[in-house]
Amino acid sequence: MLLVARNVEKSFPSADGPVAVLRGIGLDLCAHETLALTGESGSGKSTLLHLIGGLDAPDAGSILVDGHDIANMGDKARAKMRRETVGVIFQQFNLIPSLNVSDNISFQARLAGRHDPAWDDTLITRMGLGAHVHKFPEQLSGGQQQRVAIARTLAARPALVLADEPTGNLDEQTADAVLDIMLQLVAETGAGLLMVTHSQRLAKRMGRRVHLRAGHVV
Amino acid sequence: MIRAGLQALLSHWWRNPLQLVTLLGGLALATALWSGVQGVNAEARQSYDAAAATLGEVQFAQLLPASGDQISEATYIALRRTGWLVSPVIEGRRENVRIVGIDPLTAPGTIGPITLTPGTDVAAFLTGRGQVFGTTQTLAALRGLIDADLVEASDIAPNVAITDIGVAQRILGLEGQLSRLIVAPQQPLGQASLADIAPQLTLRQPQGGTDVARLTDSFHLNLTAFGLLAFAVGIFIVNGAIGLAFEQRRSVVRTLRALGFPLHVLIALMAVELLVLALVAGGLGIFLGYLIAAALLPDVAATLRGLYGAEVSGDLQLRPSWWLSGMAIAVGGTGMAAASSLWRLARMPLLAAARPRAWAMAAGKGAGWKGLISVALLLASLLVIVLGKGLLLGFFALGALLIGAALGLPLVLDRVLALGQSMGKSVTASWFWADTRQQLPGLSLALMALLLAMAANVGVSTMVSSFRLTFVGFLDQRLSSELYVYADDPAQAEQLVAYLAPRVDAILPIQSVQADLAGLPSEIYGYRQHATYSDNWQFLTSVDDAWGVLGRGEGVIINEQLYRRANLNLGDEILIAPAVYLPIVGIYGDYGNPIGQAVVTEALFVQVFPTSVPLRFGLRLPSQDVPALSASLRDEFGLSAGNLINQAGIKAFSLNVFERTFTVTTALNFLTLAVAAFAILMSLLTLAGMRLPQLAPVWALGLTRAQIGRLELVRAIILAVVTTLLALPLGLALAWVLLAVVNVEAFGWRLPLYLFPLDYLRLGAFALIAAALAALWPAIRLARTPATDLLKVFANER
Repeated sequence: MLLVARNVEKSFPSADGPVAVLRGIGLDLCAHETLALTGESGSGKSTLLHLIGGLDAPDAGSILVDGHDIANMGDKARAKMRRETVGVIFQQFNLIPSLNVSDNISFQARLAGRHDPAWDDTLITRMGLGAHVHKFPEQLSGGQQQRVAIARTLAARPALVLADEPTGNLDEQTADAVLDIMLQLVAETGAGLLMVTHSQRLAKRMGRRVHLRAGHVV
Repeated sequence: MIRAGLQALLSHWWRNPLQLVTLLGGLALATALWSGVQGVNAEARQSYDAAAATLGEVQFAQLLPASGDQISEATYIALRRTGWLVSPVIEGRRENVRIVGIDPLTAPGTIGPITLTPGTDVAAFLTGRGQVFGTTQTLAALRGLIDADLVEASDIAPNVAITDIGVAQRILGLEGQLSRLIVAPQQPLGQASLADIAPQLTLRQPQGGTDVARLTDSFHLNLTAFGLLAFAVGIFIVNGAIGLAFEQRRSVVRTLRALGFPLHVLIALMAVELLVLALVAGGLGIFLGYLIAAALLPDVAATLRGLYGAEVSGDLQLRPSWWLSGMAIAVGGTGMAAASSLWRLARMPLLAAARPRAWAMAAGKGAGWKGLISVALLLASLLVIVLGKGLLLGFFALGALLIGAALGLPLVLDRVLALGQSMGKSVTASWFWADTRQQLPGLSLALMALLLAMAANVGVSTMVSSFRLTFVGFLDQRLSSELYVYADDPAQAEQLVAYLAPRVDAILPIQSVQADLAGLPSEIYGYRQHATYSDNWQFLTSVDDAWGVLGRGEGVIINEQLYRRANLNLGDEILIAPAVYLPIVGIYGDYGNPIGQAVVTEALFVQVFPTSVPLRFGLRLPSQDVPALSASLRDEFGLSAGNLINQAGIKAFSLNVFERTFTVTTALNFLTLAVAAFAILMSLLTLAGMRLPQLAPVWALGLTRAQIGRLELVRAIILAVVTTLLALPLGLALAWVLLAVVNVEAFGWRLPLYLFPLDYLRLGAFALIAAALAALWPAIRLARTPATDLLKVFANER
């Protein structure tokens, strides 16, 4: 099993005391599997994604990624996991503004020590970014930036791809096209994919769906 | 991994070259001003130390004759025979070079250019024509004038020549005479008492620092304070640039960490990056500092020579300690400026949102605390001024005043802008004032730099102009003789007096001896009773009929420096010579003289110092007769131009020394203002790039880009005007502290404060022009911002 989450809890402080966002979540995901995580705003989707991605630590419960429990990891170990095992595609792209498209795509693979220029070229071609490799993020449209962000994640060949509303900023037609490519490439790399989305239409295209409501799986 | 991380970090500078220029430029300018001043100070101190090492004043005790006297060789021989391990020294001047004769066979090991080590050619030093050691410039002045071999030695103090005592006595025409005796540290036990063998000599313990170094300390401290002020202004820029760069890279840092880049490696990389930038900027700053020091050194050397009689080499040397300290201050300054940014980065949560304008707003945080600190510092400054004493406390008061005022500036500006906002009638005016208040945090560092630079300018120019006004009046009082004549020797002086007696209204001998008065290095003058003195000299304070008491030989008048430094008062008695105590009957202003001075009547002077012969004379005669008398003196006595100085000439000389004294501070002042202008330019340029999200809605609602550009220009000018207006009272407070506190401690005299409104107006105009020019470029850039860039704000709200 690539991902096993059990009894995950997370709360955040507020002026009126701690607010529980996740209340004992459980979740599994195998390699080659695609899973859509849906739910209302504030249901805890992004928080769960951040915990699985090692961007934050749970208050209770366990999250095993490739057999390693994130809850027991220190900062360094979680950084290593983010670098080598998990790839996160952010809704806001989070590209490095001072690097061009080509450097942005190869960036995470270089961090992981798995840089493969030929695979970069394949991704660039498949993503339709061939004409933009020397451009900087600010010179690209939203759709193009999202494709660069997806390519950056897949270039590092992570075992688990986490996508947080990857098409949330795109129109329907562009979103479909981007998701097509993403699903094809994830299938080719054999990674597991967990995607957070609001869209039932896009969620239906995933292998499995999990719905969150008020911090619980329903 | 590290390579990829470095690429991501460094690419920021590649894409933001202006920020890199700001950071490097600010740090280089700050380092340049600091290391320039330090270069000048180091060179001067090196000269003092070389002189001290040569003459042995610091390490060894000395036997000195009574004031104005010499020691006979017979006394020296008597001391040696009774067990005193002493070594003779003769000193004198030839062509303005200080000739020092030593005896290498008896001198303690570290003195002079010749030591008795294997391989030293002592024979050449002692025999034949003899050898004279000195720097290239010193020997050039002596070439052809003395009969001895000239040997170059770079480690000898400037304008000092060292030779064997016999050669020096011959060169100086002082055969059989000695100036002082150096006492070896180890003396035999069965030594005869000094009082028995040479009662006329006094034993002076090692100085532990040269007289010259002590005298000039205050001057160097002044320079250091200015260097520090300029450095502080520069660090404002560096702090702003680093803060901005860190803030703009927050999103990159967050992304890097999200992609698995370890935080500790990231911080280490950023620290290394800053270190490299600091070293590059430091190197550039040291190079610029070298140029500044090389440009200033001749004026500083002239000042120190004219004001303190201290010889300083006019050539700058690249000393390792100097450029290492320059590098250290560049790296230290960067570390200081970056510490808070690095700390925030280390504690930043991984999921923190990007806040591109957070840097600009950061300065606005904790305004209440800053206000409290500002008030506390201003109060501390006031307390120190009222209760404290000493030069360091004086500078502390200055520092507290300036920093307190700088910290309070944003609060005052905010209040002023709030007032403007409440008075704004039109919708554009309302938006303009509100928007300006919002911009204030981002500009406050640059405006603080402008405030400090302007205040320093107002303060120093007020001090210099007040000093000039007082000094010129003082010269008119003191230099009342129409002509001054210098004789070459006592015989010529006697002939001159006989020749002049029937040709002038009065001959006023100028005779003095060096002496320690109330424990301070001073000089005693003997004055001839004449209306010239009583009519012209103004006492700062005196007893009734001071001139009468003085004329009867029943009192002494002293200068302000001695009065303040020795904490003396009217009526206090001071020791003029052994067993001669006189009460103080008057205190007079003596601007430009660093040491103490006392004046007694000619009769008493001759009685107490019988060996002193006057060689200088002030002559009173009708002004129209001066050219004819000068010509006849040249014809009769073959006097050179240097021996005949008319009143106008000596005034011009004195004023020249004065002007050069302040050339350095004026130059530093100007450079500090330039650094402040640079800070404003860079802040405005930086803010202009971040302003689009605020300006785009206003543009969309109907203001043209040209209007927005013009308003940006007006905004910068308004802020500069208010800052300049605030700088004026701060500058005057600074001038008051300089004149009434620092000058008294540093130089020993207090000056009245004069105001120069036209100068302030001119300075204010310069500041406004500088601010307007600095604002022009960003304003034009905003006015020409393509509409597509403004539209992007709406298209991509991230």
